[in-house]
Amino acid sequence: MQEIAGTRHPVSTAEHDERDVVLEVSGLSKSFDGNMVLRDISLKVHKGETVCVLGPSGSGKSTLLRCMNWLEEPDGGMVLLAGQRIGVRPGGNIRMTDRDLAAMRTRIGMVFQHFALWPHLTVRQNVMEAPVHVLKRNKAEVRQEVEALLVRVGLGDKMDSFPARLSGGQKQRVGIARSLAMKPDVILFDEPTSALDPELVGEVLAVMQGLARDGMTMVVVTHEMGFARDVASRIVFMDNGKSVETGSPEKFFAAPETDRARQFLMRYASRGH
Amino acid sequence: MNGFNIVWQHRDMIIGGFENTLMIVALAAIGSFTLGALLTIPLMSRHRGVASLATVYVDTMRCVPFLLFVYLIYFGLPSLGIQFDNWSSGVVALILYNTGYMAELLRAAWANLPKELIEAGHAFGFVGWGLFRRIILPPVLFSAIPLIGNQLIQIVKDSAFLTVIAVGELTHQATSLQTTYFVPFASFIAAVVLYWVTCVTIEGTVGFANRFAEARR
Repeated sequence: MQEIAGTRHPVSTAEHDERDVVLEVSGLSKSFDGNMVLRDISLKVHKGETVCVLGPSGSGKSTLLRCMNWLEEPDGGMVLLAGQRIGVRPGGNIRMTDRDLAAMRTRIGMVFQHFALWPHLTVRQNVMEAPVHVLKRNKAEVRQEVEALLVRVGLGDKMDSFPARLSGGQKQRVGIARSLAMKPDVILFDEPTSALDPELVGEVLAVMQGLARDGMTMVVVTHEMGFARDVASRIVFMDNGKSVETGSPEKFFAAPETDRARQFLMRYASRGH
Repeated sequence: MNGFNIVWQHRDMIIGGFENTLMIVALAAIGSFTLGALLTIPLMSRHRGVASLATVYVDTMRCVPFLLFVYLIYFGLPSLGIQFDNWSSGVVALILYNTGYMAELLRAAWANLPKELIEAGHAFGFVGWGLFRRIILPPVLFSAIPLIGNQLIQIVKDSAFLTVIAVGELTHQATSLQTTYFVPFASFIAAVVLYWVTCVTIEGTVGFANRFAEARR
């Protein structure tokens, strides 16, 4: 198992005030070609929390994440960002304009499984691109911030490289810096280490752990049980499109409530992850 | 080798035609590339109607023989009250015709982009023109460079057809030279060599651009 020195963010869900809810998912459902992928999922993410979404492949974890910033349009239910409904206009069932949706998306960071860096831009340009051209911020100011961010994720010497020249771990750290540069309310991580060689997983998890420690609000879909156990403030276990079990990592890993979660954890333990 | 002496004596004709060809090709290349890139937007539109309309244009251009299309622009349009001189007709024909090809090859490059790359654009708040201009178009261009190069060479060769509407380009001038002095071999060879030089130059430039693009895709 990937060992990570435990520095879990101290906030536990019980202490949260409703006002602290950054992202709320309520009654979300989604199907692809008549195949139900999400069934009535509800979830609240509070400020400063790291919520890890676990579950077997095909359980709907990634779809849930992609519905949160409307990259997939859910069939039912809603997603609220700081109380404001995403994808749908206030007070109705009319779809938002693309521009309004885009404006809301700027407040939600996203880290992709396959990095999805823009190949024609250098590392520095990748991270500066959205703050400068979407948020229309001052370029010199952004540049300074971005360079500091890149140093922070250990890429100070790669700023002028193109993504094609980077290792997977470096690419993913650029991906994380790209989200951070937007100063988002929450960052969504879609299996951020699944495409990495095993020896590169640690450097990415270390960066994510640092963010959790600094109080960044994160939703992380992952298969890294060590990370979930040591860093998550809360675990959401999904199976077959449903949120089956949710609770603190201590409880989830030591004494899961459901058979499905027990089976899932046993399979991981026997695989020696 | 008397024929080549005659061609050399009248080299101004050939050079004039060559300059004309270069000018026509440059305008046609810039015009068809720009319009072709813009046409990819409706081609890739999620609105079916818009996409099919653009597809009809592309398919029409790809199915009409260029020679016939030139006739249509030069002789046909005046009956609709639209009249260009022969030089402009030629350039317009080349632009409109090659726009179809450029659009199709850029559309294919766009369709082959990794989906996540565009999704990342959406996720970071890019939308509309900004999404196209900053996130989609650059990688599309970088991956399509070799195909764009081929199309430029096609434009060079298509430009020779403009002799049928008496545009004074290279083929036309070579033809005039040979009919005046009856030096077909020498004058056509001179034209062939200049076309060859043009195409080799394009290939070299494209190769250079391709090496530049390599690191960026």
